[in-house]
Amino acid sequence: MVGVYVLLVTALVVVLVPLLYILASSFSSPAAVSAGRVFLWPVDFTVRGYEVALSNSAIVTGFLNSLVYTVVGALISVVLTIMIAYPLSIPDLWGRKAITKFVVFTMLFAGGIIPTYLVVQALGLLDTRGALLLPQAIGVWQVIIAVAFLRSSIPDELHEAAQLDGASDLRILFTVVLPLAKPLIAVIALMYGIAQWNSYFDALLYLRDPDLAPLQIVLRNILILNTSGGSTDAAAMMERQQLANLLKYSLIVIATVPLLLVYPFVARYFTKGILVGAVKG
Amino acid sequence: MTPLRPTTVARAADTGTRGRSAARRSLRRHWQLYLMLAVPLLWFVVFKYVPMVNAVIAFKQYNVVDGIWGSDWVGLANFQRFFDNPVFGRIVSNTFILSVYAVLAGFPVPIVLALAINEVRLRFFARTVQLVTYAPFFISTVIIVSMTILVLSPRIGLLSDVFGFFGADQPNVLGDPDAFRHVYVWTDVWQTAGYSAVIYLAALAGIDPTLYEAARVDGANRLQKIIAVDLPGIAPTAVIILILGVGNVMSLGFEKAFLLQNPLNLSQSEVIATYTYKVGLINADFSLASAIGLFNSAINLVLLVTVNRVAKRVTGSGLW
Repeated sequence: MVGVYVLLVTALVVVLVPLLYILASSFSSPAAVSAGRVFLWPVDFTVRGYEVALSNSAIVTGFLNSLVYTVVGALISVVLTIMIAYPLSIPDLWGRKAITKFVVFTMLFAGGIIPTYLVVQALGLLDTRGALLLPQAIGVWQVIIAVAFLRSSIPDELHEAAQLDGASDLRILFTVVLPLAKPLIAVIALMYGIAQWNSYFDALLYLRDPDLAPLQIVLRNILILNTSGGSTDAAAMMERQQLANLLKYSLIVIATVPLLLVYPFVARYFTKGILVGAVKG
Repeated sequence: MTPLRPTTVARAADTGTRGRSAARRSLRRHWQLYLMLAVPLLWFVVFKYVPMVNAVIAFKQYNVVDGIWGSDWVGLANFQRFFDNPVFGRIVSNTFILSVYAVLAGFPVPIVLALAINEVRLRFFARTVQLVTYAPFFISTVIIVSMTILVLSPRIGLLSDVFGFFGADQPNVLGDPDAFRHVYVWTDVWQTAGYSAVIYLAALAGIDPTLYEAARVDGANRLQKIIAVDLPGIAPTAVIILILGVGNVMSLGFEKAFLLQNPLNLSQSEVIATYTYKVGLINADFSLASAIGLFNSAINLVLLVTVNRVAKRVTGSGLW
């Protein structure tokens, strides 16, 4: 039993230490960060990094763009997923099995990056917001989860009763199924939302216009490619360098906090959703 | 035996018309559903199946002017170019080793974590561990890689503090090609173990309580109970997760390898996906890039089918 606690405390420490280190650094003075004097507690507390981050127009634009992509993308994805999952959850729908195979096959085999790029190009989506919203709009995994949920948690009797009352399929969907499917909608909206908020590959492929860039692209430029304006004055450069260092920590916190704020509220639903997908998928 | 023939024929004919009329009845009753289905199915055609067709450019000398269908056929020449390229062996083995390593390292950790959390009787502590270890799953790849770079950076990073504490100089981990795989895999475990553990915890929660009762009556201790009840209980889930992991072996995440790459570690960090991106979008050699992508998809499919078959034979559960 002691072994179990040692193991779990180790896991806690391993996950928490890097997170706390980043958080502490983001609130420390540029000089302390650059000298490597910060560990788990801020040194010379300051919010300078956040001021610099929030006064950078590229970061603010990226943040707002990501917000739009996340909300609109999740909305489109949820609607499309329900549109395919609800019919597939009706047992007597003719052709259900064939359609399911048609959908699941795309999980096993894909055309590849370039053939997909050609489609996006042919549709005139290059360098438009649509390029981030449409090509990834439906996730097969989310469809599987949705079908499993609708089939297992909405009793057939409800369908039959509504049908006897003369309700059409659409009416049943809106008045019976959707109100019962709130946990499902929460889960898949969150899954799609997170994917949108965190994605950068599609933007790298399809977007050139910096005004459309999502936050992750801006972050990559600053955090990984280290793009910062040149300066000739040595003292100013040193200060800039130190600030640039600090900025990275603050940026990490800024980009992560929105998701970590949502997460405890939906974690409960999320677990259930994954369970349905993992066990029945 | 004689009456059998006519009856079977009759029955066959009967199911035939029944099938057709069932279709007609279903269409009439559910026309709204078919109309609804049409939109997402069109999406699948456009964004999934058209690219599969477009992949024929792997067998052509694609040029923009003539388009996909106007370009000349070149047979397997693009594949030949890929196989002959000295980089071929290296990127295929990089992809393979990295993925297998990731699957093997990532598989047991969440199981152990879930079993441990399941043993803890202090609800508050168990929930805290779960919530905290789950959190990194929400962090984006860009951020994970940036954190890795910051934590591992030789002069100011967290790791250099640890080395400094022991009075040693920290090696330049990110510049060392041999370290790339370990960094890639263990940061992945760090990020996803808590999330995967949740799936196993859910499976553990679904185990029939009478089994624990029986184990207790038989006088099993904790460890025996884990071996006799817990592990068999989560085995089907584990098999599915393992199959999915192996099936993804070659479609290794482009994002992370690409972000962690630097000129120093390229010899081990160049994988099929990153190479395809460079050939296709940076060198604009669409045909070669498609050939590489197609090669990748084909291997993926073969692996997935094979593993699923083996898993089904050995454990009785599989994906299909």
